[in-house]
Amino acid sequence: MNTQTDVADKLSEKVTTFLAEHDPVTTDRVEFLRARFDAGLAWVHFPIGRGGLGLAPDLQQQVDARFAEAGAPDNHPRINVIGLGMAAPTLMAYGTEDQLDTFLRPLWTGEQVWCQLFSEPGAGSDLAAVATRAVRDGEQWVVDGQKVWTSSAQNAQLAILLARTDPDVPKHAGLTYFICDMTDPGIEVRPLRQITGESEFNEVFLTGVRIPDSQRLGAVGEGWKVANATLNNERVAIGGGPVPRESGMVGVVAKSWRANPARRRPDLHGRLMELWVESEAARLTGQRLRQKLAVGQPGPEGAAMKLSFARLAQRLSGLELELLGEEGLRYDDWTLRRPLEVDFLGRGPGYRYLRAKGNSIEGGTSEILLNIVAERVLGLPPEHRVDRDVPFRELAK
Amino acid sequence: MTELNLLYTDVEDDLRRTVRDLLEDRLGPSAVTAMYDGDRTIVEPLWRALAQNLGLAGLLIPEAEGGFGASAREAATVCEELGRAAAPVPFLTSAVVATIAVTGSGHQVVAELAAGVTTAALAVPFATAPYGPVPRLAATEGTVTGSVSSVAGALEADVLLIPVDEADGLAIYAVPVSEAIVAAVPSLDMSRQLADIVLDAAPGSRVRGDAAASVRAALLAGAAMLASEQVGVASWCLAGTVDYLRERRQFGRPVGSFQALKHRLADLYVSVESGTATARYAAAALAADDSDAEVATAIAASYCSNLAVTAAEEALQLHGGIGMTWEHPVHLYLKRAKAAQLALGHPGEHRGRLADLVDLPYEATDAGKSR
Repeated sequence: MNTQTDVADKLSEKVTTFLAEHDPVTTDRVEFLRARFDAGLAWVHFPIGRGGLGLAPDLQQQVDARFAEAGAPDNHPRINVIGLGMAAPTLMAYGTEDQLDTFLRPLWTGEQVWCQLFSEPGAGSDLAAVATRAVRDGEQWVVDGQKVWTSSAQNAQLAILLARTDPDVPKHAGLTYFICDMTDPGIEVRPLRQITGESEFNEVFLTGVRIPDSQRLGAVGEGWKVANATLNNERVAIGGGPVPRESGMVGVVAKSWRANPARRRPDLHGRLMELWVESEAARLTGQRLRQKLAVGQPGPEGAAMKLSFARLAQRLSGLELELLGEEGLRYDDWTLRRPLEVDFLGRGPGYRYLRAKGNSIEGGTSEILLNIVAERVLGLPPEHRVDRDVPFRELAK
Repeated sequence: MTELNLLYTDVEDDLRRTVRDLLEDRLGPSAVTAMYDGDRTIVEPLWRALAQNLGLAGLLIPEAEGGFGASAREAATVCEELGRAAAPVPFLTSAVVATIAVTGSGHQVVAELAAGVTTAALAVPFATAPYGPVPRLAATEGTVTGSVSSVAGALEADVLLIPVDEADGLAIYAVPVSEAIVAAVPSLDMSRQLADIVLDAAPGSRVRGDAAASVRAALLAGAAMLASEQVGVASWCLAGTVDYLRERRQFGRPVGSFQALKHRLADLYVSVESGTATARYAAAALAADDSDAEVATAIAASYCSNLAVTAAEEALQLHGGIGMTWEHPVHLYLKRAKAAQLALGHPGEHRGRLADLVDLPYEATDAGKSR
């Protein structure tokens, strides 16, 4: 008997029954999603009662495909990336039963969108230098400070927040992790305009924001550990199925080359072929990494993938402008817009060139990722650090 | 279509361990260094151990013809280990290129190759790419006349496989080295020393006619397997340099803690991982006789040729002064890598072929020319 097939079959039966009982077309969207969560079909690798069935994560694809086939509404996953990809696994790892009861279902259904209040003007790559203060006041915490690079802040109802609760201990030890209500009157969200003209990100100012202690995630002073659980999930998200050849930026550039024979020049061809080969190498590396993960050989190689991706996106988008010649001198639209997601391929080549510059900064700069690869993969000695044992209050800022 | 497996199978891991153990046991870097001063005594016993005792000579020959019937996946794993050790054995030239050129011909040389009692070399310049025309010699009444320069594996060979021009196309003749003048030439990479060959009415035995496809397949597999060898070279350079930078202290701390150096090694790691993926893909595609095999080979050959050179150059620089010495083995890898970059097609030739295969041609248009 093949138990793996057995599990898949039973799961498929469960989906069939669910769809028979909840018409995906006539049922109210939110009601449908709530029922799907309650049936354990939201994320099957989560525990029973928490939207899952305690199954292997790779079975989710099959479930999602069945729901998509039936024309069922989805939970707009691309609008709640932080919630689904980062807040949810952190909640599962550190949340109390009450917190899971309160937050998980509306998070998954998309009724509550989450954002991330981590980075600050003075705490970028050095995230543990967070200066936003949280001071205890009875059963509440009062939070004051400034956060930055917060995508979705304008749409979010909730946030994961990293704040300093004890400035008298070394920086890593004085942090605590909270769930923050973004509708609190002490929250002010200001769009931050980027070089592309649009505004994906925000600055968030927190002034006397009150958070009940019941919304603390993990122990007081344990914030760094909890935040690392969140960030590890950020880099694990390598993505599901096989990626076809010429996906993404290299496909855009190849298409442009084929469509514009008059603009072909030998130097451009040399660079095109070099980048085409490197894109294939990166694609095959990703394929190999997925195969490793499937047989349980995970490692920190995700950082290496992100490095390659950023470099290729930047070099290819630069080449695309050069291939286009005169057309590359034009720009599609400088209007300040607030997109809910990054639409890389839907915009013009100038936008792609400018937006790709962020790829080596967001989610860990390439320089920090190189440190991670060097120290955690290759085992090279860590950076010399002057701030490790010094109380946060005494650090030069 | 099922996705090709880019990992190492248990069989491949076992084979790797066996080859690595033997090389660690029998081959020290000083033996390779000695080859630059003309001492080639390591080659014959080491190759006999690999070819006959481990049976690597017949790895790619079908069982029906007396070999092991293994695939390009296993051969690639062997090549990685040979690269990692800068091993001076003619596995690539004899057990891959020469072997594939004659497999299926029914000629007796195949059985001799399978048994490891004969070592052969395809008599083409080592720089020959799999895509262009192959230099040919002339044959009359069973004798071959002409010359070929810069042939790899000829010094270790008992039999030379000569591409010969016949009225109806390309043929391969087998000529015993005793009938040829094989002159060793000082080579950039003495762990794979080249030779110039002169044949003057040398008696040969016709192995096969209509051989263009066989020669092309041999050179293509050679390029793919060389990519795995280059991955082995690059892996050695990375690992050795990481070890060195962890130990070497300056300014009161290990130099590997300096970002300027560790970032270079992290970059190299990313490239070695990418190179491994491309070489594995080429080996897997060849093993599966996949329609993408030629594209896969061109990608791997183009990527890994440069990877090995970069890795060796970085290793030398990051070792500092010691890397410049005759005593330290890093130069063996630099020489191996730079020579291999020019072998079986320059990266630019592979990318040129790729451009045709994936429909990204460079055609100079009138507008382009006028600029």
